[in-house]
Amino acid sequence: MSTDTQIKPFTLNFGPQHPAAHGVLRLVLEMNGEVVERADPHIGLLHRGTEKLIEQKTYLQALPYFDRLDYVAPMNQEHAFALATEKLLGITPPPRAQAIRVLFCEIGRVLNHLLNITTFALDVGAITPALWGFEERELLMEFYERASGARLHANYFRPGGVAADLPEGLLEDIWAYTERFPKFWDDLNNLLTENRIFKQRTVDIGVATADEALDWGFTGPMLRGSGVPWDLRKAQPYDGYEGYEFDIPTGSTGDCYARYLVRMEEMRQSISIIRQAIKAMPDGPVKVNDRKVTPPQRAEMKTSMEALIHHFKLYTEGYHVPAGETYAAVEAPKGEFGVYLVADGSNKPYRCKIRAPGFAHLQACEFLSKGHMLADAVAIIGSMDVVFGEIDR
Amino acid sequence: MDSSVLLNLGMQLGWLILLVLMIVVPLLITVAYVTYAERKVLALVQLRMGPNLVGPFGLLQPFADGLKLIAKETIIPTGANRALFVAAPILLFFLSLVSWAVIPFDVGLVLADINVGVLYLFALSSLGVYGIIIAGWASNSKYSFLGSLRSAAQMVSYEVSIGLVIITVLLLAGSMNLSTIIIGQAGGITGWYIWPLLPMFFIFFISGLAETNRCPFDLPEGESELVGGFNTEYSSMTFALFFLGEYANMILMSAMTAVLFLGGWHSPIPGDDVIPGLVWFAAKIAFCLFVFIWVRATMPRFRYDQLMRLGWKIFLPFSLLYVVGVAAYVTFFRGAL
Repeated sequence: MSTDTQIKPFTLNFGPQHPAAHGVLRLVLEMNGEVVERADPHIGLLHRGTEKLIEQKTYLQALPYFDRLDYVAPMNQEHAFALATEKLLGITPPPRAQAIRVLFCEIGRVLNHLLNITTFALDVGAITPALWGFEERELLMEFYERASGARLHANYFRPGGVAADLPEGLLEDIWAYTERFPKFWDDLNNLLTENRIFKQRTVDIGVATADEALDWGFTGPMLRGSGVPWDLRKAQPYDGYEGYEFDIPTGSTGDCYARYLVRMEEMRQSISIIRQAIKAMPDGPVKVNDRKVTPPQRAEMKTSMEALIHHFKLYTEGYHVPAGETYAAVEAPKGEFGVYLVADGSNKPYRCKIRAPGFAHLQACEFLSKGHMLADAVAIIGSMDVVFGEIDR
Repeated sequence: MDSSVLLNLGMQLGWLILLVLMIVVPLLITVAYVTYAERKVLALVQLRMGPNLVGPFGLLQPFADGLKLIAKETIIPTGANRALFVAAPILLFFLSLVSWAVIPFDVGLVLADINVGVLYLFALSSLGVYGIIIAGWASNSKYSFLGSLRSAAQMVSYEVSIGLVIITVLLLAGSMNLSTIIIGQAGGITGWYIWPLLPMFFIFFISGLAETNRCPFDLPEGESELVGGFNTEYSSMTFALFFLGEYANMILMSAMTAVLFLGGWHSPIPGDDVIPGLVWFAAKIAFCLFVFIWVRATMPRFRYDQLMRLGWKIFLPFSLLYVVGVAAYVTFFRGAL
C-alpha cells in the first residue's frame, strides 16, 4: 500500500508563559524533532499604546512613558525624547546637565548589559551569573534612586536638562562603585568567557554576517557583534560624547558568543566613561535658564510672582513647541533608540514615533534560529536582548 | 500449616520491614537535607542567604516544603492518561528506594548481600528511564514529551559508558558483590580504586551527573527550554515523588561512587579504626553530593546533540579502551584472580 504520508512538523508554542520567553514573547516553533524549522514571533501582548498616549500628553507628561519602554535601562530612552524635544525647542542643556546625562546613560548601559549577559547565561543553563548580576544591578539602581527618587521609573532627563542636581556624595559613591566593578567583571568573565560548555552553546549559534545584520536593521551590540563598528555615540555624538575617550568593541563572527563578548567589553568601556564623566563633572546649572521650559527654583517661587506663574503654567499647560518635525536617536544599550517627533505648535506632540532596537532584532528571530536546535533558539533569543516593553510599546 | 511456622514467617517479615524502614527513613531524611544543603550551598556560591526563616538556620525548611507539596491539589491534565500519569512518579520513586538494598554501609551492614549487587544496581538504574518516559508520554504535553525523549536518549547513552566503567572495577575486584569490592580497597587511601582508575572515576562521575539528570546534563528538565521537562504537568505529591526520587538517585550515585572508587567504609588512613566506617561512608557520600551541587552552581547546560556526542564519541571509546587495558593488566601482570 503506497500512501503519501505527510509528516507534519511538531508545533511548539514557546511562550508567552515560558521561563525563557523574556517577558511575553510568544514564539510559535515548527520543529522537526529538536530542530527548529520555522520560528514565528508573535508580539503585542504588552502593547499599551504608548505612542498614542503620548499624543494626549504635554511634552513633560510624555516623558515618563519612556521609562516604561525598555525598563531595563530607563534613562537611555528618556534621553532620546529629551534630545528630540530640545532640538525642536532649539535649546541646549548646560554642560553639567550633559555630563550627568552621559553618566547615567552609561550606568544604564551597564544595567542593561548586566541583565542581558546574566539572563543569557541563565538561558544556556548557568544559574549563578544571574544572581551575581542582580546584586550589582541593585547597587546601580540605588544610584538611580538617589538622583531621581525612583529605582526604575526615573523621569529624570527632562527637555532642557535634568530634573534636579545630584545629591551630595553621589559622585563619590559612583566612583567607589567603578573601583569595585572590575573585580565583579573578572569573576563573571572567569565563570563564562572561557567556559567550554558556554562556548559550545554560543559559538557559531545564530550567525549574522555584517551584510545580513545591516539588512535586518540590527543596531547596537547585535550589529557590532557582526563586525560593523557603528555606534551613534561616535558616529553622531550627542550631549558631549565627543569629549570622552572610549573604544567601540566589535566582534568578527556575528554569533551569540561575539555579541556576548561585545557586551562584556562595552560594560568596561562604560565604566571608563563613567569615571571620565565624574572626573570632568563641571559645576553650574543642571537645566537651561529659560523659565518657559524649565521650572524655577522652589525658593524663588516664595518671593517672585512671575516664578509662581511660570511654575503653574509649566505644570498645567506645559510649554508650546514650535511646529516642525525631527528625529533624534541615541545609542541605547540595545541599539539605536530613536524618537521621531512631529510638533504642531501646541503643547502636545502631534505624533511621536518610537524606533525600538529590539523590534528590528526580534524580526530576525526566524532567520537566526532556522536549522538550529531548540536549545539554540533559546540562546539566540537570549543574545538578542529583547525586552518587550520597547518592542510592544 | 503449623501456627508456629506462620508466626516465624510473620516475625521474619516484621524484621525485614523493620530493616527496610531503617534504611528508607534515614534515606528520606537525608533527601530532605540534601535539598536544604543544595539551597544553602547554591546560596553561598551566589552570594545569597538561602533558607533561613523556618526553624533555626532554616533547618525545618525541607519539611515546610514537603508539607506544602502534600497539601496542594494533585492536578491531572484533561488529556493525560490518568493511570500512567500517576504510576510514573510512583515507579520512579520506588526504583530509587529499592536500589539501596544492596549498598553496604559498613562491614556486614547491608540488607541484601547478594553476589550480583553491581548487576542489580545496573538493572534498576536502567529501569528508571521507564518512569520518565511514561511520565512524559502520559502527560500529553509537548514539553513533557520532548523532555522524556531527551531523558531516555541520555540515560541509555550514559548507561553504556557507566557499564564499561563498572567493568574495570569488577576486573580489579574480581567480584560483583559490593562488599567484596569495598574489601578489595582496604589499606588506606592508596588502596582505593580511584588511583588505578582515575580517568574512569571522572567518566563515572560525569556519567552519574547525566544519569541523574543533573546540571550540566539537566536537559530533560532544562527550565529555559522545556519549562519543566517531563515533570511540567506534575503537581503536589506526584511532583514530590519525582523530586524525592531524583534526590535519592543522586545520593545513590554518590554512594556508588564511594563504593566503587573511594573505598566505601574504609578510612583513608591505614589501620585507623577510631572513626566508625559508617561515618566515613557518609562523609564520602556528602563530598560527592557537594560536588554535584557545586557543578550545578558553576556550569551552563549542554545541548542535546553535544551531550550525545560526549557520551558516544568520547566516553564510550575511551572507557572501552580502558577496559581492554585493565583486562590486559589483570591477565598478564596480576595473574588470574
